[in-house]
Formats: sequence, structure tokens, C-alpha cells
Amino acid sequence: MLALEDGTIFEGRSFGAPKDSLGEVVFNTAITGYQEIFTDPSYSGQIVVLTNPQIGNYGANDDDLESARPYIEGLIVRELSSIASNWRSEEKAEKFLADKGIPVAAEIDTRALVRHLRTRGVMRGILAAQGGDPKLLVERARNSPSMAGLDLATRVSTQSSYAWNQTVQACSPSEPVAAQAEPWCHVVAYDYGIKRNILRRLVHVGARVTVVPAQTTAEDVIALKPDGIFLSNGPGDPEPLQHQAQQVRKLIGKTPIFGICLGHQILGLALGGKTYKLKFGHRGANHPVLNQVTQKVEITSHNHGFAVDPDSLNQSEVELTHINLNDQTLEGFRHRSEPVFCVQYHPEAAPGPHDSHYLFDDFMKLIKDSGRR
Amino acid sequence: MPRRNDIHRVLIIGSGPIVIGQACEFDYSGAQACKALKADGYEVVLINSNPATIMTDPNLADHTYIEPLSVEFAEEVIRIQRPDALLSTVGGQTALNLSVALAEAGVLDRYGVELIGAKVESIKKAEDRLLFKDAMRKIGLDTPQSQLVNNVDDGVAFANRIGYPVILRPSFTMGGSGGGIAYNREELHEILERGLDLSPVHEVLIEESVLGWKEFELEVMRDLADNAIIVCSIENFDPMGVHTGDSITVAPAQTLTDREYQMMRDASLRCLREIGVDTGGSNVQFAINPQDGRMVIVEMNPRVSRSSALASKATGFPIAKIAAKLAVGYRLDEIKNDITKVTPACFEPTLDYVVVKIPRWQFEKFPGAEPVLGTQMKSVGEVMAIGRTFKQALAKGIRSLETGKPAAAEKFDPDLIPKRLITPNPERLGYVRFAFEQGWTLEQIHEITAIDPWFLRQIREMVDLELELGKVSLDTVSREQLLTAKRDGISDTRLGLLWKTGSRAVRKKRCELGITAVFNRVDTCAAEFESFTPYLYSSYESENEAAPSDRKKVMILGSGPNRIGQGIEFDYCCCHASFALQEFGYESIMVNCNPETVSTDYDTSDRLYFEPLTREEVLNIYDVEKPDGVIVQFGGQTPLNLALPLKAAGVPIIGTDPADIDLAEDRKLFGRLLDDLKIPSPPNGSATSADEACAIARRLGFPVLVRPSYVLGGRAMVIAYDEEMVRRYMREAVVFSQDRPVLIDRFLESATEIDVDALADQDGSVLIAGIMEHIEEAGVHSGDSSCVLPPQGLSREILNTIQDYTARLARALHVIGLMNAQYAIKDGEVFVLEVNPRASRTVPYVSKATGVPLPKIAVGLMLGKKLAEFRHLTGDVVSGVLPVSQCFVKSPVFPFAKFPGVDPALGPEMRSTGEVMGVGENFGEAFGKAQLSAGTPLPDSGTVFISVNDHDKAAAVEIAATFADYGFQLAATRGTAALLKAAGLAVKTVFKVNEGRPNAVDLLKAGSLKLVIYTTTGSHSFSDEQAIRRTAVAYRVPCITTISGARASAQAVVSARRDPIRVWSLQEIHKLAANAR
Ligand SMILES: Nc1ncnc2c1ncn2[C@@H]1O[C@H](COP(=O)(O)OP(=O)(O)O)[C@@H](O)[C@H]1O
Ligand SMILES: Nc1ncnc2c1ncn2[C@@H]1O[C@H](COP(=O)(O)OP(=O)(O)O)[C@@H](O)[C@H]1O
Ligand SMILES: [Mg+2]
Ligand SMILES: [Mg+2]
Repeated sequence: MLALEDGTIFEGRSFGAPKDSLGEVVFNTAITGYQEIFTDPSYSGQIVVLTNPQIGNYGANDDDLESARPYIEGLIVRELSSIASNWRSEEKAEKFLADKGIPVAAEIDTRALVRHLRTRGVMRGILAAQGGDPKLLVERARNSPSMAGLDLATRVSTQSSYAWNQTVQACSPSEPVAAQAEPWCHVVAYDYGIKRNILRRLVHVGARVTVVPAQTTAEDVIALKPDGIFLSNGPGDPEPLQHQAQQVRKLIGKTPIFGICLGHQILGLALGGKTYKLKFGHRGANHPVLNQVTQKVEITSHNHGFAVDPDSLNQSEVELTHINLNDQTLEGFRHRSEPVFCVQYHPEAAPGPHDSHYLFDDFMKLIKDSGRR
Repeated sequence: MPRRNDIHRVLIIGSGPIVIGQACEFDYSGAQACKALKADGYEVVLINSNPATIMTDPNLADHTYIEPLSVEFAEEVIRIQRPDALLSTVGGQTALNLSVALAEAGVLDRYGVELIGAKVESIKKAEDRLLFKDAMRKIGLDTPQSQLVNNVDDGVAFANRIGYPVILRPSFTMGGSGGGIAYNREELHEILERGLDLSPVHEVLIEESVLGWKEFELEVMRDLADNAIIVCSIENFDPMGVHTGDSITVAPAQTLTDREYQMMRDASLRCLREIGVDTGGSNVQFAINPQDGRMVIVEMNPRVSRSSALASKATGFPIAKIAAKLAVGYRLDEIKNDITKVTPACFEPTLDYVVVKIPRWQFEKFPGAEPVLGTQMKSVGEVMAIGRTFKQALAKGIRSLETGKPAAAEKFDPDLIPKRLITPNPERLGYVRFAFEQGWTLEQIHEITAIDPWFLRQIREMVDLELELGKVSLDTVSREQLLTAKRDGISDTRLGLLWKTGSRAVRKKRCELGITAVFNRVDTCAAEFESFTPYLYSSYESENEAAPSDRKKVMILGSGPNRIGQGIEFDYCCCHASFALQEFGYESIMVNCNPETVSTDYDTSDRLYFEPLTREEVLNIYDVEKPDGVIVQFGGQTPLNLALPLKAAGVPIIGTDPADIDLAEDRKLFGRLLDDLKIPSPPNGSATSADEACAIARRLGFPVLVRPSYVLGGRAMVIAYDEEMVRRYMREAVVFSQDRPVLIDRFLESATEIDVDALADQDGSVLIAGIMEHIEEAGVHSGDSSCVLPPQGLSREILNTIQDYTARLARALHVIGLMNAQYAIKDGEVFVLEVNPRASRTVPYVSKATGVPLPKIAVGLMLGKKLAEFRHLTGDVVSGVLPVSQCFVKSPVFPFAKFPGVDPALGPEMRSTGEVMGVGENFGEAFGKAQLSAGTPLPDSGTVFISVNDHDKAAAVEIAATFADYGFQLAATRGTAALLKAAGLAVKTVFKVNEGRPNAVDLLKAGSLKLVIYTTTGSHSFSDEQAIRRTAVAYRVPCITTISGARASAQAVVSARRDPIRVWSLQEIHKLAANAR
């Protein structure tokens, strides 16, 4: 059973781990890629509703992990497949979640739930595997911590820094994956809840990657002699991450910086901008984003509940480069004088279209050029 | 990049007649394109030979030509209209091929017409299988090994190298015509010869088999700025080896991870860019090896396709409309998404439901054709169902098919299971279910079908649930169990059978338990944004999104899946009903389940319910909408079968009362009515046993015509020449007769058949819209014979009699709206064959010919208006017969080429899939154009082969003479030859098959006969005749099986010599007609 803080109750059948879990209830409209969603650290603190009614069909496999474990607090679907059918599948999706302690509510009218969240906005909820007295459940939902003001990034970040060297693998003998570039530069990646495919993409375009904890100071990063710095995606509200923003402010101008998602928001803060919470966020793999520089539209993968307010940015200092065509939210900007750029969406996809891979090449080019200076 | 202002007039080419592999999905796409361009201020010129289409309505384009889709006639249209551009991508393969032909004939250059949508190079790169493969390899995409051959020996050599089975695919044919799978040398010979012959470029591709791989399709759109999106992914339930058009397909794809799906997405975009389709929609097909994920690209269609229509309906994204806008320069992000209003069309629709498409086949109409499925499309129609889950969608899809028998009542044979599972066939899905019921395991079934385990598991769960439900009864079933059943799509009917209570009891119970259907919206965005378009499907979820209005409203029941005898003509009428309702200030509500049609376009009606046409589903909608009336007389037999049950359930049916409709269908009651009216009909009787039938036949005298009651398209109707035939029929017919008696009529030999469409209002005023004289005599189904407006050979008094009968019948049946009557004229006497108080197959044709919108007026009459109120539409004619200004011939189109080995002789059972219209100043001209459009162009020289039965011989002489006068040589079988010689004609005698060689068949194969006139000698059983007719079809030699048809072709040949190539637009014709009145 799912109980929302506004008192709404949705009945379903429990699968996965037989436990209760609290979180902000959000929905994702991607048709494919549930495993990547489960394991995207940006979902920590959130119970995820998938709008695709048939989930689990192709099971789960190690290659499609975006981190070591699932980070969603709970999963809500219309129907959970009782078998896994795919040549790459290693286990059933349900078992994958059960083993990692994630509860699932299936046979829920997810469309009604999504329409509710769309009109009322995302809200806290409790997924109670055993059910229970609705009133008490609603109470528990109300008493749970709200997303706003919560620093989840440091919670999900790595404790110690490490080197990453896996690259992009083809998923089929017929997938033409461009050869990996020789590692030629050193990128230090801040882990605010980083997705593996970002790291794979960085390695693929020729970076030697060192991942560092969210708390790492600018000085310690400089000490690693990076040719470029990457600011990762991550969960929750950017507002409380003032420490991170300060470090980034110090790093601007030292080396090229590329930020994605939370990284983009932190850059926004570092440049004196403000962030705000979206009513129900952007979570899906079909968002049209206009690249105002090339005037081309990219179909992009999204997962963010907060956004940077373009009016809060000093536009003589930064140039707004990407706009969401659905609701005109800011999806990317770059510094006018310094080698700094970022996007709010997910060019690494996983899940989602590959239209925006070019941004990783842009990052490399930025490093090359600034190297020559 | 906004719209182009350097072009003003755009020529759109339609797809011609409905044929297997190219059906009304192209009316849908063409109509959308016309609307979109016109709305944007372009002047639209349209050419399409199919009168039964919405796109050829005079108000859709500015200049509408119902003319042959041939280079000569298209050039004439271009010469007159001087379009700036030609949009080649919305009229299927036909339009694509004609566009290429026009370009290569230099016509486009000569008149400075720019090809938009796809350029010739791109079309060729995509359509020429070999160029395509090279292009794909160039961009690193995998394709099956293959070689292009233009002779049998090379084919055999290559096959020996790569090993059998091999796939054969002729270049430039649509729907896989002439293709196939060869498992051995003989099959290779047979298929290859046919394929080479059918390919306009005499090339066939022989290809490595990837049978059993997973098959997928992506629908892609791209604009001039190179923005590209995937509208929809489709997964085939039936693995590679079954044509996508014959496969059950599912959207979105169900068994691909994101990585795999994105690999496919990347590949399709690279494909589009390499082929150079710079704007519009394309369809890319892939196969994936379920063992290791190897992916090959099967083909790409650089145009809007059957699958695009499906994808549009499945997602709510109007591919054809947007393709047209992109072709004139718009960018995807400059076009709004109609459904959300706020977001742009430049996004990828996401689904929170599952869509299942199931094809409908009609092998039973083609005795001699093996009901097996392969790489060549055989289905005549399809249904689509939308459900919140796959199970629900599949179950809905199955009942949308209207197979006549509820799934539970189907007969399966345990011994046939392996056979029915191994070789794909129309019954395979049923047998998969049955196999599970019989205890087969998922692994066993997967082993021999290669159907993905995920699909099989879903079906297994459906079977298990029914077994569970079988254990309880209507009284003991729990609310939860019943709800689960409904959520999984099980119908009340099925539950009623399971529990032996009938569906009504089940409905009652579940309503008591508060288990009622709700409606969800198709919104392109999985509810992320608000939907402003009421495009709905039913489910048993928790919230109803229907939001019905409180306006005056009328619900229209559509005609379901296309099938022979009930096709696009009825959808045409339903669409017009909808337009008319809106014009008369009513809200129009459409209910239909056919994804190919215009009626299921979300902007045809105010509200669209994509639902099966069953009592249960229609009542669910009725309960929510509470319309003021329901229209059942436009959708053919499908809604008519629902009329009485609906009326019984308190649904207000408007127009002719269902009881009267029933009276007209019920031969006994109708016979009595005719007696009262003193209107003659062929002597007849009805029987429920073989003996009774024979007794009646003896009384009437042979030959007799036997048939079941209540079917459309002369289903299972035969001419019996003796008792044995009657008995055999009684043994076999029962299945179809659905517990209704078998009807027996005296068969009127060599009688002239007449079709009449009429309008009648509640005061009994009757207006006859058209009296159509058939070319073929009675005995050839009205849907299968050519007919002409105005009638050519009928005396004044006969015409008066027909008018008189029609008017009295309409009044006697209290017809309000449309009525169709068929008469046979034998020795100057007029007999009524049947009366259908409903819209008929000929309504669109008559509307186009007369310029009077019959369905629109009919709707007005149903709403209580009077005929007199429509003077402005009928040009003041309110009684009598509407005049026509030209000669209009409607000719049928047959799918025989798809069913090798089937006897093409025409009979009382309808077998044509579509029709064309020819316009001319004289009959010969109109008939010649119609034949050309129908794909059986008459020769302008060469040898005419004649063989006629005795009572045709007299007529044959005069016809042969005409051909001789125009320089044709004559050949004939002995009897006929003797006769012609006697009449002083030079004629070459030809052996019949059993007489020696070279015989007629040899000559046909050798290509030395250009036209065959071969009338049957009574019962259609002489193998000799069949051999000749079959060969003619196989070798594309026009084959005429009736003497009247022969006479018509003679006149056509004369006209071809005498009259210049000329064309008329409907708009001109209708002006002429108006003046004539
Ligand atoms: N190499 C092959 N091996 C097995 N089946 C094939 C192969 N190529 C095509 N098919 C089957 O034949 C069908 C028709 O082939 P396709 O190339 O799509 O022709 P069409 O132009 O008629 O659509 C496909 O849908 C697929 O099921
Ligand atoms: N008594 C008859 N004599 C000769 N031909 C007939 C007779 N009855 C029907 N037919 C032929 O059979 C065809 C189909 O019969 P019809 O009653 O129109 O069935 P349907 O309901 O399928 O249209 C007619 O078009 C006509 O050509
Ligand atoms: Mg195909
Ligand atoms: Mg008839």
C-alpha cells in the first residue's frame, strides 16, 4: 500500500523486500531503462513510479548498473514481470530488488497516481509492504524529512577517492562503438552521486579519471593536478551544498569544468545563481532540449527535481546554451570567459537517447584548447 | 526554418485501390497530408484512382483527380495543373513508384516539379535492396548476407553457397508480393520465377535466413534541420519469417533493455541520414538474434507506411500530418503537439499503456490457397487494441477481430498442435493458448515457435487465470477475482461461457459489485502533461478520464477490421456521419478498432473511443456518454449485428428502426413483405436440413443459389447445379450460418444486375441517388462486378419499374437515411435480389459521381430533417434520380496474385479487396481507365484468346470482330474458333490443356496471348478452365470471365484508339453536374 502525505492511498500488491520505506514520490516516463533508474544515486530519498506499465520484462544484468546498488527507496509499477526474457539478463528484476532490500508495489493504478502528482506536485509518501492503518501511514509520511534543504549528495558520495578505468562496452556484436581514445588527460570527478556511464563516457573520450568525495576541498583537487574537473549528478536539493559551491568557485578558472545535473546546479550556485524546486520535476527520456548555439534539438534524458533560475544568473558572465522546449526551463549554460560549461540533463543517457554524447567531446576539446594557453 | 513560400501548388499522389499490403492507412495519411497543406495555405492537387477514400472528397484538395495512377494520366494532370512540388511519401509504394517513374520519364523536369519528401536517389537507395545493403554496410550496420539475381541459375548457385532456407525478395514490390521462403531447390525455382516476373526491374534478392529472430520496427521522423525523433517502437510477437503486416505486433517494444533499444535508435537515425530521407516519416525494420543480440537491419521504407498509421494511432502522434508539414520546410520544434497544446511535436511519445495489433485473414474465401504465413503479406485487415497491460490489450484485440466465434467456442485439435505451432498460420495464437491448456510447457512452445518467452508467459498467465476462474462460479467468485479478470481483459461473454450464465448475468453481477469500465486517455506523454484531446480506451483502473460533455451528441459505431465485403467504403460513411453531425451542431462520438482508418484519427470526431465493437464495450461507452442517439447504419454488418441487442438494452438507435433492418435481412419476413407489395423476387425458400434443402431446390429447379442468412459480401454463397452440391454445401455451410437457416433461391441465369442507392426521410419521400448497371451479369457478386453510372442499356420502363420498386420498398421498410437495393433483370422482368436498409459499398462512388454527399444528407434525415431541406445539396432534385454528367465506371480489384493456385473465376462470393473509378465521356473510355487503374490494363495490340460457352457464342462473334477491326489477332479453342471462322474471321486454333501442346497455358507463359476472354461452362470445376485462368493471373494477362465484360473491353479498346488522354477534376465534374440539373 502507498500512503501520500496529502492523505491519498493507493492499494497494490507487494513484491521485492517486505519492508516499509519512506521517500519523496516521483515519476519517470522513460519506456526503457528501469535498471539504470533503480541504480541511479540521484534517486536516493525517492520512491519511484514508472509510467511504463510493464516492468521487469528483460530482467537485470551487471553491465547495466549505474552504481553498486539500487538507490531508489521503493518502486511503484502497474505490472511486474514474473519472468526475465533477454540474452543479457542475469536475474529477475524482482529478485534484484528484493536482494538489495527494495520494496515494490505492483498492480497500482500508476496513471492515476501520476496525474495526482502532476496536479498536486511531488510529495512525501510511505510504501508499506504489509499495509497497515492508512491514518498512521499518512502520519508517518508527513513526519518524514522533506527533500528541500536535505544534503543527500554527501551521504551517497564515495568516502575515499579512487581511479576509474572502465570504458563503454557494446551491448551486441552489431553495435558499432567508436574505438576508445588513448588516455591523454586527467579528469578529477566530484562524486555527488555519480552515474557509472558518465565515468565510462569520460574514459571513452580519453580521460584518466580520479573520483573524489563530495567534501573534497578545491586545494586537494588542485593537488591532483587535473587537466579538467567534472561535477557529477546527484540527489536532492542543491541549496544546502554551499561548501561544494565554494570549492567550485575557487576552481573556476584553474582548469576546464564540466557539470551535469546537480553539478550544473552547483555551478549555478557557485556563479551566484539561485535554484528552485520544480512542481513535479523532469524525469524521463524524451525531453526536447534546444541547443541555442547550434539551433539543433536534442532528445534528452532527464532526472531533476530542482532547476537553476536563469534570471538569477549574471548573463554578462554566463551564456544560456540549452533550453527545455516543453517548459522553457534552463538546461545548460557556459561561462563567457572561462572554460566552464554544464547541462542540467544527462548526456551520458543510461537510460535515454544518445543525442548529447557530443558534450563529452566538447569537454575534451575544452581541455585541449585550454592546455595550449 | 518556417514554411517554404517558394512553392504554392503541391501535387499529392494517393495509393490507389485497396489491395492486400496497401489498404486504407494511406487514405488516412493522404487525407492528413491534404488537410495539413491546405490549412497552411497551399493549393493541393490530388490524384488517386480510388473513389472510396476520404482524401478524394472534393473539399479535401483544391483539384481532385480520380484518374489512373499511370505516367500518362499523371503527366496530363501535371500539364494542366502545373504544381510546383510533388509530395511522394504519403501514398504508399504506389505513389513512391509513380513518382520515380515520373522523374525518370523526365516529366518532373519538363514541368519544373520539385520532388519533396524523398528524393529519387533516396527512394532508390532505400528500395533497391542491394544499394540499400551497401549503404548500410558503409555506415557499419549489419545486414543478412545476400545476392541480387536476375535469373534462376544464379539464384540456385548462391543458395547452394549460403545454404537453405533462403529468403527471396523481388525489388520494388509492395507487401512482399512475389517474395517467399525457399526451403529447397524446387521451392527456390518456383518462387524465384514468380518473383523475377513480378519485379518491375526483374530482380530478386536472395538472402540469408534469419528466421526465428526477434523482429522490431521503429517509426522515425526527420526535418530539414536534421532534427530526428523516434515516434514509436514496435515489437513483433511473431518472429522473423512472418511479414510484419501478418504479425501480431506490440507497441512499445517489450523485451529490449535501454542499451539495446538505443542501439536500434542510433542505427535507425544513421540509416535515415545515410539514405538521405531529408524530411518526413520513415519506417526501419530490424531483426535481433535472441541468443547473442546480433542485430541486422531488414529494410527501411522512406515514406509513411502501414506501421506509421499504426504508430500514429498507438501514440497519438500524427505522423502523416507532420511529415507533410516537414516536407514544406517546417522544423519539428516549430510544430505544436495537438494533444498537449503546450509542448512541441519535437519529442518522443511515451506510452503508459500497451498496444496490440492483430491482422485479419480471409483464406476461407480463396479455396486452394494454403493458410500459411510467410514473408509475403496475406492479411486483408487488422485491429488494434489499447490496454493498460499487454494481457488486457491482447484480449481486447482478439474480440475486436469479430471472427464470429467467441474464443472459448473455437475448436482446436490436440493432434494439430505441433503442426499449427511450427508453421505460422492464422490460428497460431489460438493454438498457443490451447497448447498451454493441454499442458505444454513454455519451453516446449518457445522451442518450436521461437515466440519470445515474455509473450508466451503472458499468455500462459491468461490461460491460468481462466482455469482458476473456471473453478469458481458466478455466485462464488470474489470481487477481487472478478476485478482481476476484467483488468486482464476477459470479456463478460467469455466469463458467461465459462460459468454458463451468459454475459448479461456477468455484467449485472459486476455492476452490482461496482466493477465498471473507466476510460483512460491516449496523450503522447504518459500523463506528464494535460491532454486536451478525448482519445480514449477502456480499462478497469481507478479513475475515469472520459469527462463527457453535456452537449447534444450522437455516437457512431464503426465497421471494425477491414475484410472483403466490408472495407473502406463503410469507414468513409462513418467519417462523413461524424463530419455531418458536427455541422448539424451535434457532438460526434466515434467507436472503432481499426487503426488503418480515417475514422480512428483523433481529429475526425469530437471524441474517439478506440474499442472493440462488442455489446459489452459499446454499452460501457454508452453508460458514460449517454448519447442522444446511436448510428448503426453506416458501419456495415458489424454495427447492424449489435443493433437489436443495443436497442434491447435501451440504447436509442436513430434512423431506420433495427426491427425494420432485421425484417429486410430476414428472408421469410421480407418475402412476405414483397408478396404484399407485389414486387417479384427469385423464387426461394429456406432450410435447416439437407433433405429440406434438396426438396426446395427441386421445387425451385436447378441451378439454385444457396447461402447462410446474415452475412455480408456473399460469404459462403454458392451456385448449386445439382443435389450433390446442395448436400455438400449443407455439410460445410453450417459453421457460417450461426444457427440461422440456409437460404435457397432460384438462380437467374444471364440476368442483368442493378445496384440502387436511395435516400428516404421519415415522411416517406425517396430520392434515388444512383441506378448502377453491372457489367457482369447476376451471379457475380455486386462487389465483384464492374458497374456504370448512368446505366447504359436499360429501357425507360425498366428504369421506371426500378424507381417505383425502390421507393415503395423504402417506404414499406420505413427507411430513414440510406437504403441499397439489388435487382436482377431477366427477360425484361425486374426481380429484387436483396434490400439493405443501410449505407452500401457504392455510397462513396455514387457521391463522387453525382457530387451529392449522400451520407451527410442521410445523417440529416436521421436527425429528423426532411429531404426537401437539402435542395441546396441535391441541386433541387428531391425525388426521382440524381443526374450525372459523365460516364463513371467502378471496377473491383482482386488479390488473386497473392494466392497462387486460386481460381480467379468470379462468382456470388465476393473476393475483391478494393475498387477504382474511371471517368470518361463515353462508356469505353471510362471502362478502359477503370481497367488500367485496377491493374489489368487492356492491351492495345496482340493476340486475343477467346473461349466461350455455348450460349455466349453468338455475342462472342461480334466482340471478336471488333478486336479484329482494330488490328488484334484472334486465337480460340476449337469450338469457338470454328464459330469465328464460320463468321469469316481469321483465327488461330489453340489446344485446351488436355488436348496437346503447345496449349493455351503454354502460350500464356510464353507471353504470346495479351488478353483472355474465357467464360465458364456452368459449374466452376473444370480443371482445364481453371489452369488457363490461373496462368493468366500469374502472368498478369487480363482475364475476362464474362461475356458482358468482354463486350465492355472491346468498347474500351475502341475508345483507347479514338479518344485522347484526358482527365477531369471532381470539382469540374460537379460543376457540370450542377449545370445538368
Ligand atoms: N533474411 C530474412 N530471414 C527471415 N525472414 C526475413 C528475412 N528478411 C525478411 N524477412 C521477413 O519477411 C518480411 C518482409 O520483408 P521486408 O523486407 O520487410 O519486405 P516488405 O517490403 O514486404 O516489408 C519481414 O517482415 C520479415 O518477417
Ligand atoms: N437469385 C439470384 N440469381 C442470380 N444471381 C443472384 C441471385 N441472388 C443473388 N445473386 C448474386 O449473388 C450476389 C450476392 O447476393 P446478395 O443477395 O447481394 O448477397 P450479399 O448480401 O452478399 O450482397 C448478388 O450480387 C448477385 O450477383
Ligand atoms: Mg517490411
Ligand atoms: Mg448484395
